[in-house]
Amino acid sequence: MKRVLLPTLTMLLLLACWELGVRWAQIPAYTLPAPSVVAQTLWLQLPSLTLSWWFTLKVTLSALALACAGGVAIAAAFALLPALEVALLPVAVILQVTPVVAIAPLILIYIDSTTAALLLCAWIVAFFPILSNTLLGLRAADPNLRDLFRLYRATPWQRLRWLLTPTALPYFLGGLQISAGLSLIGAVTAEMVAGAAGRETGLASRILEASFRTETPKMFAALTLLVLTGVLLFVGCNALSRGLLGRWHPSSRT
Amino acid sequence: MDAASYPIALEQVTRRFDSGLVALQAASLTIAPGEFVSILGPSGCGKSTVLRLLAGLDQPSAGRVMTPAQSAGDAATAFVFQDATLMPWASVFDNVWLPLRLRGIGRKTAAPAIEAMLATVGLADFSQALPAELSGGMRMRTSIARALVTRPQLLLLDEPFAALDEITRTRLGADLLHWWGQRRLSVVFVTHSVYEAAFLSQRVLVMSARPGRIVQQISIDEPLPRDPAFRLTPAYQAICRELSLALEQAS
Ligand SMILES: Nc1ncnc2c1ncn2[C@@H]1O[C@H](COP(=O)(O)OP(=O)(O)OP(=O)(O)O)[C@@H](O)[C@H]1O
Ligand SMILES: [Mg+2]
Repeated sequence: MKRVLLPTLTMLLLLACWELGVRWAQIPAYTLPAPSVVAQTLWLQLPSLTLSWWFTLKVTLSALALACAGGVAIAAAFALLPALEVALLPVAVILQVTPVVAIAPLILIYIDSTTAALLLCAWIVAFFPILSNTLLGLRAADPNLRDLFRLYRATPWQRLRWLLTPTALPYFLGGLQISAGLSLIGAVTAEMVAGAAGRETGLASRILEASFRTETPKMFAALTLLVLTGVLLFVGCNALSRGLLGRWHPSSRT
Repeated sequence: MDAASYPIALEQVTRRFDSGLVALQAASLTIAPGEFVSILGPSGCGKSTVLRLLAGLDQPSAGRVMTPAQSAGDAATAFVFQDATLMPWASVFDNVWLPLRLRGIGRKTAAPAIEAMLATVGLADFSQALPAELSGGMRMRTSIARALVTRPQLLLLDEPFAALDEITRTRLGADLLHWWGQRRLSVVFVTHSVYEAAFLSQRVLVMSARPGRIVQQISIDEPLPRDPAFRLTPAYQAICRELSLALEQAS
């Protein structure tokens, strides 16, 4: 109860301060709109914003799904063939350290479909935490348990299924938590670079358009949706972790 | 086939690690079928190395290792580690199931053997508990149940009770003797404690510090299983004294 009540109260208090501050100082809405104005705008613009939100969500979730698939597959390959890791890790690190804003323009040139380009950008930022965490997890198995599996002549498949996968799961979920946030950031950043163009566009395009027209309340409305999406992803990942780890992992015991 | 048919021995075994460290130097030992042997020695003398060699988890640099694993196939040897080494995500039942599962035995088929084993170690009511929900002693019981469920010919224990409190340790020691008596398997029990070695074993091998060798063998003729009152007898105290002396000389 406390865990829901306290943060809710904090948020309400902050919003109230914001509302009162804006009214008291008579700040014009095009500089800083009050929360009530943002909420109103959000409501009025909901149909068009929902479409954009749906597009951003689609890119984010697809990128996240591909990051999971790619990150886990690459981690498994690295774990099975250490030579592969030595050969390819630099590439993964280069992808990871290059700011996505800096390569997004290039990707947009090389790939015709804007949606595919955004997806690739989001994937590049999102896959590394899953890769590195899963790899760490695959190697974290208790050496004694490894010996036990060896003593009982476990096949590689049995070892993967009953030792490595459960050991790596909490690590993977930790990576997923980070990647979920990053894929949203990647999707939005890339779209900012792409600019408002094309038939299907996301929340970043709405923000850009609104900023060209100094429609500050609309910018805030789109931003609110982005924040909500990020929070939902966070909560979703948390619920997934709890569901999958159940009672056994210290992180999910309280 | 019964345990008597399988030789358990190290013959002139040397184990040199890649670092150049010689953990064992021409060490020899023989375990008679159905015998309970303890290995006593200072820290780092190679006791764990001996067990790993006997389990087939490590290969000697020179010499010969003879184990039931070689002659009788898989699951003839079981290993119990210092910490219980359970899979934290799996229930007590599933942990005990593991060795059977790895041989392709399904849950239904394995269940009677697992439940009987859990009853033996006094965990019948905890089969669905997770390791984190057990006490240290219960975790060690689970670990021993997992080791015994395959009916091994050779049971290797590496300081299994070192992390437990005194009372739990003595009780588990007595229980171990009881289970050993029921099955007549060979046991190699590594320990730091002269008292534990004196109470449990038929024979104690004392190892010297690096490079490890077996420097002394002390037989304890008192019949098994032993009464807790054995600890109060002068014979027991004499054995403890003899073991302490041997250990001191070896260090
Ligand atoms: N994989 C390894 N590589 C290099 N050296 C090792 C390895 N395993 C063990 N050693 C060394 O071999 C020696 C014997 O180790 P071992 O673990 O057998 O000792 P121990 O008698 O079991 O000690 P303790 O009572 O502390 O458990 C030690 O000096 C240890 O450092
Ligand atoms: Mg040891």
